[in-house]
Order: sequence, then structure tokens, then C-alpha cells
Amino acid sequence: MRNWLLPEYIEDVLPNDAARIEQLRRRLLDLFDVHGYQFVIPPLLEYLESLITGVGHGLDLATFKVVDQLTGRLMGVRADITPQAARIDAHILNNQGVTRLCYAGSVLRTQPYGLAQTRQPLQLGAELFGHVGIESDIEIQRLMIKALQAAGVKSLKIDFSHVGIFGNLVVNNQISKPLELALYAALQSKDQTEVRSLTNGLDASVRNALCSLTELNGGIEVLDEAERRLPISAGIKQALLDLRLVTQKLGDLDVGICFDLAELRGYHYHSGMVFAAYAQGCAGPLAMGGRYDEVGSAFGRARPATGFSLDLRGVLTALVDAPLKRGVLAPFVTDTDLDFKIEELRAAGKKVIQELPGHEAHRKELGCDHILVKQEAGWEVVPAPELLN
Amino acid sequence: MITIALSKGRIFEETTPLLAAAGIAALEDPESSRKLILPTNRADVRLIIVRASDVPTYVQYGAADLGIAGKDVLYEHGGEGLYQPLDLQIARCKMMVAVREDFDYFGSIRQGARLKVVTKYVKFAREHFADKGMHVDLIKLYGSMELGPLVGLADAIVDLVSTGNTLRANHLKAVEEIADISSRLIVNQASLKLNRSALQPIIEAFSSVVAARNSANN
Repeated sequence: MRNWLLPEYIEDVLPNDAARIEQLRRRLLDLFDVHGYQFVIPPLLEYLESLITGVGHGLDLATFKVVDQLTGRLMGVRADITPQAARIDAHILNNQGVTRLCYAGSVLRTQPYGLAQTRQPLQLGAELFGHVGIESDIEIQRLMIKALQAAGVKSLKIDFSHVGIFGNLVVNNQISKPLELALYAALQSKDQTEVRSLTNGLDASVRNALCSLTELNGGIEVLDEAERRLPISAGIKQALLDLRLVTQKLGDLDVGICFDLAELRGYHYHSGMVFAAYAQGCAGPLAMGGRYDEVGSAFGRARPATGFSLDLRGVLTALVDAPLKRGVLAPFVTDTDLDFKIEELRAAGKKVIQELPGHEAHRKELGCDHILVKQEAGWEVVPAPELLN
Repeated sequence: MITIALSKGRIFEETTPLLAAAGIAALEDPESSRKLILPTNRADVRLIIVRASDVPTYVQYGAADLGIAGKDVLYEHGGEGLYQPLDLQIARCKMMVAVREDFDYFGSIRQGARLKVVTKYVKFAREHFADKGMHVDLIKLYGSMELGPLVGLADAIVDLVSTGNTLRANHLKAVEEIADISSRLIVNQASLKLNRSALQPIIEAFSSVVAARNSANN
């Protein structure tokens, strides 16, 4: 009998990790709250059209689908909460000014995803709608960094890019859609050989610019080099200025900053600056975000938007195991003084576990390191390291 | 610590001069050593010896920072999570369609025949024939594909061809070229962002050797 086994890349989160994930979730949502981000709980599934319009083919493939027995229509289990937040902003809240939303919930992906390589990431994020301009990008970037630092991630490095640079080269040089997609794929893997062969026939300056994107990654010097090597149109100039401004505006946050102008993650829906957070020892990004001004247009109302999200299970893999909160063991004794003491401790936030009769032999399974003992002055908490091993 | 994933044989031999240009030399020969992790003259660099088709997987998951893998292997893997900044132009060959010498490949395509194809490179084959609008049934083999058409297992094979000697020896002929294959330097994406100062000099050293060879050839 193996019918209790879980599907591949689907797992239970057991007490220790679950406690840590829940602590992180609360801490980060409190952080979003004090920054004025309103918490929303979008549904686990909705009609496919509203889940994946405007965000590209990749999300379609990542989405589990079911047929709605009430309407016969196809529904998707969300693989990303961001489009749901965009839908809520565009059509439900209908604010004219700035809307700040945050969320935390499970999503399902058809393929294992991210650092935790799970098909059920626990996505937590914040989105800011209604403002065009670098100021809101910086607000979101600072919030992402503060969230990861609050989670306890050490030595962060934030990688920045701007999809407008490649977008500008495409638009200004009338590059065809099939070529654009092929170039996008080649740039994502920094495959200069492929870029060179694809651009055979384009104007030499455009060709060199596209090829140089594969090399334009590193520290702040990358932006100087980009000014030398890229044709400076108004759009590219603004993108480089915005990137430069970021380094000044995040300077106080104790993070490393790097640039990679060939990074076009989410090119099909991102429309401006994109960024990702890395930490030493992690084989992939911990959090990602960017500007996506056009996604709302799929819902009939294009709103400027920027945001970030992370997978709490992924972030957990980047943290050193923090010591768990231990409990106090209360023996099973009928004594109102003891009952009173237990309630007093619990009211003060202490974890108190009262033993049930007949289980004295299994005390060590309870994870307590203190015990209540009756002394002359009444019931007292005393250390009991022997309960742990 | 920088970990470089390599496969034994041709790729290892042709990579040795590239590593030398970056000041890296293996302290043991993988052909004679049974070790899977080889130390180098540099304390901060080690080599791991893995199967060629596994190199992209090690690099994708960050178990290795750098690796050298053929375009054939990379294409089959999909390249997710990897950068492939440099065509090393070593281990060059072609991905080809080949059939028995007496088989009329183009004639059967014209008639819309449904061909049986044996290959190790399922993705290459699937996409090549789909682009041509041909119906094929793919049969995956792990080696000695040349045997397929000879024993009636298949009409055609998709395989790497370097000299063509194996084809000729088995009375097969190459009829279609799918892609030029050579080895690429691949880099884990997060490693490049986090350890750029350590990795970039190695990438540049490789790059300068390739550039020097190119100018010598022209």
C-alpha cells in the first residue's frame, strides 16, 4: 500500500518548518501593513482568461486547469497571484490614485519552481498600482529588501535590469516579432554566438548593441559602458538614468547592487525596471519584481504597476535554522493553583503544554525545555534540559 | 570555491588548454583516476567529472558554477537557469539526419510518408521534423543509432556526425543537416551574479583563447 504517498514536488510542511514559515509570514505581512499595503485574499482558482491574459504563454503552461462543473468553462488554479492583484485594482477597487496591495497564499505550478523546487510555492508579495515613475519602483525595491532582511537573509545582492533597453532597440529598428522572440531567448542565456547569427543582416550599430547586451553585466561601471556602446535614444537614456538613480536611493540599505542589461525576465509583460534578489549560497533568486504597466489593460483598464513577490518556502532554504520556541511542561495534577499558573504563563505568551494522564513516558516528544514544579512558594518554572534528549 | 563540471574524453582533453589559459591545471588525470572530484593547482577551484548529458543539470542547480557542454546536450536539456556566454568551438560536429544508402529520403518526404526515426536527441529530432511539417515516430535509443535502419527498426536516424566514417562503414548516408554543434561554456545564473569577480577572469581567459584561435584560422 503506497496510497499515502504525495505527488512529486508536493510536500507537507512539518511542525518545525511550518512554525518558521508562519513566523515569517506574520512578520512580513506586519511589515507590509506598516508601509500601508492593504492585505487581500484572492480566490484559489478563477476562469482561465482572467488568470493568464496579458502575462504571456509561460504562465499558461504553468497553470493547472480544471473544468467548472457549474458553467462548463475552463478554470485555472492560480500559478501567480500578481495578475489577481492587478484584476482587483483595475476592476474591483477602481481607485483613481495609488493603490497598495499585498497578499500571501499558496499557488500551484505544473512544474517544480524556484529555490525550493516545489509545485506549491507559498507566494507572498506587494504590488503598487497607479503611479508612473521611478519613485514607486524605489518604494517597492526598498520594501523587498527590508522584507528579506526582516526575514533574516544575510548578504543580499540585488540585480537590476530594464526591459525598455531591449524594447527600444526592437521598436526603433523595426525588428520583426519572430526575430524579437528569438533574440529574447538568446539574450536570456547570454548566447552571444546566437545573437550574432540572428542579427546577421541588421545594421552594424544595432547588431553590436544587441551583442553587447550579453556582456553588459556587473557593477555600476556597466552603466558607463552601456552609454558608450548602445545607441542613445531617449528611451534608453532614461532607462540608464533610472538604473543609476537606484544605486543612490538604495545606498543606505546595506545590499550589494549589480546590473545585467540582458536580463529580460517577464519581458512579455514587464515594461520597465526589473530586479531580483540573490543571496550567497542560493542557486537562484529569492525574490523578484518589476514594473508591468500594461497587464491591467487585459482587464479593460491599463494602470501603471510595479511590485515584487517571493516564495516563503524558497526564502526558508536561505536561512540558518533559528532556534525553535520551546515550551513549558505542566504535569497532570488536579490543583487550581497549577491551573491558575498555567493560564498566567499562557497569557504572557509562554507556550505551556499540559501532560495527559498515562503519557509520562513520552514527555520527550513534546519539545519542552522547562517544567512546572511545586515548590514552597507555589508552582514555579524550572529549567529541564533532560526533557530535550 | 569554484566548481567546474566537465565530462571525460574529448571535452576534457580539449578543455585542458583553456583551463591552462586561466591558470588552472588538474592535479589528476580523469582517465586514470577514479575520483569524481579532481583538485587543481588552485585551492579555490575544483573539477567534477560527470556524464556529458548531466553537465547542464549540475550547473542549473548550482552544484557546479561553470561547465562545458555540447550544444546537443544543452538543447536537449532546455538551458533553463543557465547562461551560455561563450562558444568554445571545440568538439565540433553536426547534428544530421541519415538513412540507408539505398533509401530515397526526399522521395518519401514528398509522398508524405510517416518515417520511423531512432535517436538519442529526441527534442532535436521532434522539432526538426515538426518544422518541416513531417510526421515521424521517434524511438529513443542510448547509443549505436546507426544500427536502427540496418535491422529494420527505423527508416532514419538523427545523430551527431563528425567525420562521417561510422555512417560510411555502416552503409548509411547523411541527407540533412539540422545544426552545427560545438561545446559551450555554461554558467549558473546566480553564481555569475554573486561571484562575478571570481568567475569573470576565467570566462575572459577562455574567451581570449577562442579569439586567438579564430584569428589564427582566418
